[in-house]
Order: sequence, then C-alpha cells, then structure tokens
Amino acid sequence: MGSVFAPGQRGPALAGGLIALFLLLFLLVPMAQVVVVAFQDPNTGAPTLINFVDFFKTSLFQESFINSFYVAAMSVVLSSLFALPLAYFTTRFNFGGALLIQTLGIIPLIMPPFVGAVAMALLFGANGSVNLLLDEWFGFTIPFMEGLNGVIFVESIHYFPFILINLSAALNNIDRAMEESAQNLGASGTRLFRRIVFPLAMPGYVAGAALVFIKVFDDLGTPLLLNINNMLAPQAYLRITSIGISDPMGYVISVILVAFSLLSLWVSLLALRGKDYATLQKGGGGLMRRDLRNWEKIGCYAVVILILLLVLSPHLGLLLLSFGTIWSFSVLPDAYTIDHYVTVFSEASGYITNTLLYAGLAALFDVIIGTGIAYIVWRTGLPGRKWLDYGATAALAVPGVVIGIGYLRTYHGINVPIADQPLASWWVIIVVALTIRRLPYALRACVAALQQVSVMLEEAAENLGATKGRTVWRIVVPLMSGGILAGFVTSFATASVELSATLMLVAVDSDAPLAYGIYEFMQSAAGRGPGAALGVIGVVFVGLGTYISHRIIERGRVTLESTAIVAEGAAA
Amino acid sequence: MTSINTTAAGVEIEDLDVSFGDTHVLKGANLSIEPGEFFAFLGPSGSGKSTLLRAIAGFGPTPSGRILIGGEEVAHLPPWKRNVGMVFQSYALWPHMTVRRNVAFGLEERKLPSREIATRVDAVLEMVGLLDLAERRPAQLSGGQQQRIALARTLVVEPRVLLLDEPLSNLDANLRIQMRRELRELQQKLRLTTIFVTHDQEEANTTSDRMAVLNDGVIQQVGAPMELYDNPANLFVATFLGTANVLKGLVEDTDDGAQFNSVDGVPIPLHTKERGPRSLVFRPQNVAIAPANAPVDSDRVRIAGTVCHMEFLGSIIRYGVSVGADTALVDDQHRRGAPVFAIGDEVNLFLQKDQVTTLKN
Repeated sequence: MGSVFAPGQRGPALAGGLIALFLLLFLLVPMAQVVVVAFQDPNTGAPTLINFVDFFKTSLFQESFINSFYVAAMSVVLSSLFALPLAYFTTRFNFGGALLIQTLGIIPLIMPPFVGAVAMALLFGANGSVNLLLDEWFGFTIPFMEGLNGVIFVESIHYFPFILINLSAALNNIDRAMEESAQNLGASGTRLFRRIVFPLAMPGYVAGAALVFIKVFDDLGTPLLLNINNMLAPQAYLRITSIGISDPMGYVISVILVAFSLLSLWVSLLALRGKDYATLQKGGGGLMRRDLRNWEKIGCYAVVILILLLVLSPHLGLLLLSFGTIWSFSVLPDAYTIDHYVTVFSEASGYITNTLLYAGLAALFDVIIGTGIAYIVWRTGLPGRKWLDYGATAALAVPGVVIGIGYLRTYHGINVPIADQPLASWWVIIVVALTIRRLPYALRACVAALQQVSVMLEEAAENLGATKGRTVWRIVVPLMSGGILAGFVTSFATASVELSATLMLVAVDSDAPLAYGIYEFMQSAAGRGPGAALGVIGVVFVGLGTYISHRIIERGRVTLESTAIVAEGAAA
Repeated sequence: MTSINTTAAGVEIEDLDVSFGDTHVLKGANLSIEPGEFFAFLGPSGSGKSTLLRAIAGFGPTPSGRILIGGEEVAHLPPWKRNVGMVFQSYALWPHMTVRRNVAFGLEERKLPSREIATRVDAVLEMVGLLDLAERRPAQLSGGQQQRIALARTLVVEPRVLLLDEPLSNLDANLRIQMRRELRELQQKLRLTTIFVTHDQEEANTTSDRMAVLNDGVIQQVGAPMELYDNPANLFVATFLGTANVLKGLVEDTDDGAQFNSVDGVPIPLHTKERGPRSLVFRPQNVAIAPANAPVDSDRVRIAGTVCHMEFLGSIIRYGVSVGADTALVDDQHRRGAPVFAIGDEVNLFLQKDQVTTLKN
C-alpha cells in the first residue's frame, strides 16, 4: 500500500519510535555519558583508565569497595540464615507455612530498608532497647548496629524474603516423584537431600541470593542514614553532591555498581536458565511432608517467632518512634503523642502531594509504555522490536544513584523553556527517573497480561471489521486491564518510597517527595519523630498498594507468573 | 424464514504461496470455489489447510498470488476490510463481554444504528436458539453453546464467505455429529459459501459438496468426497481417505495383456494400458478371500497370499494377508457359521477389476 509498513503497522511503528526515543534520551544517553566520563581524562578528555587507577589507589575508595562487597556478601549469609529454616519448615512439615511465607514475603516490599534504619538503631544500637535489656539482665551487649554490622543487619532483615520466596518456590516445585524415585533406588536422609533435593532447589536459592546481593550493594539510603559513608553508593553520592558533577570518581563508582548489577543478573539468569526441570511435571505436590512431634513443634515455632520479631522490629520501631516523644537511652519512648503526625500534615504535606503526583505519573507512564512495548514486541512484526524490550529491561542493571548521576551530567545544561530552569533540576526529571526505574517490572506485568490474551481473540475482532487500533482498544486493553492495573499499583507504591535517584535529583525542597522528606527529617534528632511519621505514611501507601494489586491479581485469576513479577517488581 | 441475508460469493485462489520465514507452507495453490458451495479443506496437521483458510481471511504472512472473493481481489486488504466471516477453532469469544456484546461487536464496528443492532442480534440469537442466554458470559456456556454463539457472531455481519477452522474439534463425539448436521442444514438454508477446515475425513465427507485434499502445502486433489474416495489421484489421497492396500511394483506386457509384478516378484494379471512402475491400490472391503484351492475366476484379479494375522471386529473379520513382503488388509463380512481362516492358511484374494486402481509411485 505504498507504505513501508503493512496495513495496521503505522500506529505501532509511531508508538515504538516514541518509546525508543524516550529510552534513548533517558536511559541510554545518560548511561553512555556516565561510562564515557569514567573512562575520560578529566583534563584532556582523552580516553583513559587513569580514573580507575586513581580509584583503586585511593585508600578511602579501596576501603569503600571492600566494605560494600563485605556488607553485600554478609547480608546474603545472614539472609540465608533467616530464610533457610523458614523455607525448610514450611516445605517439609505440616506447619502453618503458606500464610507465613506470604506474610513475610511482603515485608521488604512495603518498606525499603532506609525507612526503618533509624528505628533499628534505637532498638538494637549500643544504647538501644535490646542492649539495655541485655545489659540489665545478663550484663552483656551485642554490637548489632556497630558500623558495618548495622547495615548488614538492617539490609538482611529487609531482603531475606527474596531468598525465602525463591527457595520455597523451588522446593515446592520439586515433584514428589523425584524424591520417591530416589528413595525407591535406595537413597534416604541426608544423602537424598544432598543429591536430589539440594541440587533441584539450588537455582531458586542462587536467584534469590543474587537479588539480595545486588540490592544491598546498590543501596544508598540505608548506609547514609546509619552514617556509614565509606561504602560505594554513599561515596558516589557524596562526591557528586560535594565536589560536583565534574569529579570523575562518582562515575567510576557508577560503572562499578552497574558492572556488579550486570554480574549478579547474569548469575541469577545462569542459575535459572534451563533449570525449570524441577517444574517439568505439574501437580507433583512438592516434597513429602510430615507432621511434627510436639517438642519439634515448639522448636520450630520458637525459631519462627524469633525471626518474625526481628523482621517486624523495624516496623514496630518506626511506629514507636512516630508516636514517641523522647526516646533515648531507654527501652521504650518516655511518652506518646500524635504531634509528629500533626507536624507532618501541617508542615510537610508537600512531600505527600509531591509523592502522589510523581509516583502517580510515573506509574501511569510505566503501564502505557509497558503496554505499548508488550504489544509491539508480541503482536507486530516491526523490525528491531525486541530492542524495545531489551532497552526497557536494561534499566534493571542501573542503580538509582547511577541514574541520578547520569541525569545530572547529561541534563544540567539543557534548559527547559516553559519552566525556565535546567532539565536536571526540574521536578519532571524525578518523574522520568521513577518511570525508568520501575519500567522493567511494569513491562513484565504488561507482557504477562498480554500473553494471556489469545491472539485468536484479536483475530476474531479483526475478522468482524475492527481495525488494529479498534481491536487494541476494545479487546486487548480490556482483557489486559487486571494486569495493567496491578502493574500500575505496584509501580506507584514502590516509586513512592524510591530514594536513591530522588536524592540526587531533588533541586529544591518544595519539589521533594516523601522518601526524600523521610531522609531529610531523619538527619536531625528532632526530626526523627516527624520522619518516622512520614515513614509510617509511606508504609501505609505501599502496603495498601501491594494489597490492592494482590487483590486485583487474585480476582483476575492471573497466573503465578505475574504474581511473582509483582512481588519482584515491588521489591526493587 | 431467516434474518440473515447473505449474498453468496465465489472464491478464487490463484498461484497462492505462503511462507513463514524460510518455511514454505503453501505452494502454488489454485482453487475455484463456487458461490453457495460447502467446501472442505482436508489434510493432516501441517498440510497447509489452516494457512490457506487464514490467508483467505487475511491472517498470517502476506501471501503471493491472488485471492478473489466475488471477483474482487482481496489479497492486499487487511482482515477488517474483507467481510469474510471466520469461526475459530477455540471460538475466540471475548471473555470480558456478554454473549450479546460479543454478537453485537461486528455490527458496532460497522457503525449501524443501535436499534438495528439490537434487532439483528436478537434475530441471530433466536436462529441459533440461544436468545435466553444473551446476558451470560462465554465462560458460563457449554462448548456447544459457545460454538453456536461464535457462529451467530460471525453470521450476524452477513459475510460473503463463511470460514470454519476445525470448528468441531473441541466438542465431544456425540455433539460433533449433531453440530455438523446443524452446520450443513444452516448452510443449505442460507446458501452461504462455506469453507470448512478439518483433519477428519468423516466430517469432510458428511458436510461438504466438494473438498480439497492437502498435503505438504500442496493441493493434492479437488472433487466431491465420493469421487476422491473412489478415484484418488495419487497415493497420498488413496491412503489418507480411508484404508487402502498399496502394493508397489511394475506393470509389464504379457501375451494376453498386462501383468503387475510386485517388488518382491508376486505376479498379478491386470487389464490396463498403463506400463511402468506403479502401485496397485485396492480397499480392504472390496477384496474377497477364498481358500487357495478355490476355483479361479478369470474375470477377477487374483492375488495369492498367506494369512498372517486376524482380528475379529464384530461385523467384519479383518485379515492381514502376506503378499510377498507386503501385507494386504482384507475385510470379510462376518456371518454366523461362515468359515474362518487361521493364521498360516494359504489363501487367494479376488478383486473385481474395476475395484483395482493403479497409481504412479
């Protein structure tokens, strides 16, 4: 028909072009900038490795690198210690397990670790509630929160459910026949576990562990709030904010962070690739379960309750902090008040309205772009369509702090005509950053939703006279709506507590969202109360959002796949 | 009588080629379907029959060649401009719409006034006998009901051609027989050009006026069902339609005409003008089986062999008879007290000359 594209492809081609342009401008170009600057001589502009040499020669950076690695690795170890018994109990014994896992699974989703970090210091610090009690009763204290320990402790408590969920899923997917045939052939006990159960569950564990590693490695807010600056992400942030965007060290650190992200994504991909044999036969019903003897039951419940208490402690601490008057050198706050909430609503309501605006817009863009990419990739024959998917998914490998640095570098000199200020400090850039950060998860939710719409349903509409556009509008989008809505809610909820990119991009206080507000308040002792109140509000936002999206998904009877995606998406 | 006013259009397929990437799935198809005809595409899976049907509807890769509907070239038109109705194998009813909304869809896309839409939807639902289910959702209907709704949704737009893609394959056996009769009756009533894709020859035989047998992307033969069964054009058609015995060999001159020599040297006298490598094809029910010492009737083709297996199926006994290295199947009508051959018995098989076909290998 005279056009390069087959009939009905011009619309998708246009949409695809716009999405590609968006990804180019706000993901690829800023990232390329970061990489280029990292490999550029700051004076001459010539390509060089000198910045990396400088980096590894500076003792502060050596220390930061080692600390980040140590904290991330130890967090994996500690998370595993929390997750392993729980996964084992719930898949091995007849034990109120499913509900427990579900409940624990949403903990890290509804509260990012930095929100509870200060509360954790008050509970577990040298003069915190727990150590005060330990000292009083037993005469000793445990340095939970000393230096790097604090970061490891807080991060592990938040992120261990990633290991728990992945490992439990892997264990539950093992066909009972695998175990039975091993027994039939003479294996039992630890030998059975070592040779059959463990190898089959390994991919799930590795995937979860890789996720924990990279979350901790990239995290900016938690170390900052615990006043630990000698780690990579805080160093990148401090260099850029204190020395300026021309200092190459921030970019070197960014490249290292991205490299580690890619590495851990690759490891978890490698672990899971071709390993779905565990789920080969459906309806295997998981491993054999047995009833617990009474003393075993007591032991199990003791472990579970201990872990639950630990997991809930940031939330409890935050709640106490938000209602407490003064809380220092005492087990509990001296008295209770709602003043902090009053303060937040009277003086800091801008944070909340900004958050509603930013997270709402970001979530909206995410599902629009996500639906667009999903449709283009899975339903059209446009050349190069796969690259939209790869491009959007590439955002997974970019930590928030790196996005922030990239935007500052790329857009500080580009003036926005209507707003009359640089794009890098216009509030819209925060929305863009949030959109890019949440896009991979929204995209997967949209793809899952689209894959459930049979192509035949679309062909039937076209056969009856509906054009491609009409078909998308009347058939595809309504049938995807559950998945799209779930994607929207998850994106909204998690974007509303995103800190790392926001921290770098907020130019004036009046533009700041909730996460930034929490961070600001928590900087001073007097601000902790209102900060905690703001944190509680954030947790309520996210908790509600997560709950709603779960409800939508259950109602839509969407498959396990997209539930997993929402859970994973909410986490990042 | 009915609310559907269709104008039957003929379908012409000219040199149609379809490829999925490097896979050539339809190779130079030529076909002429008469207006008002019930036409079946029959073939095994992967034969290209669904690809051909979908090409007529405008789905799948862009084909080369021509597709004419009612004399109009449609190959360049998108699906929504062709006005050919298609009923999908899984019915493709939209789960988020009620039955009524499903059926109204095509009329809404044609921007008809809502009053007319309502009237026509009611009429077509009445016609398929499901008006009282109009407010239900597809998931609340049985398979047979869904099928009728899918049909109603297609018919209500009064298409020029009705395309049915294995529409009965998701129904259970009894319902399948009932639905194929209903389909045939409806088609007769509407005189609507209908193309029916199936891999089930019984379905094709019972419903269609004519059919095309496809294999490997090529139309093998076109004709009325009985004609194809009796006079298959090649070995594929012969063996795909019903059971056929095939002996491979060579037809050679003899003193009194011709003789077929099978590959392993079994001589069978024939009356045919053809010479050269041929396959001898005959159907099990056309063979008479007799003891080896029975009198030879020169009017009939005689094949000597040995019984190698025997199955009692009730109304018939199916013998396997070794003829050289081949095994011929013989269906012998069973009557009480009739003699039964045992495995190892030497037998003669007799065939009326007109029941034997020689086909090129």
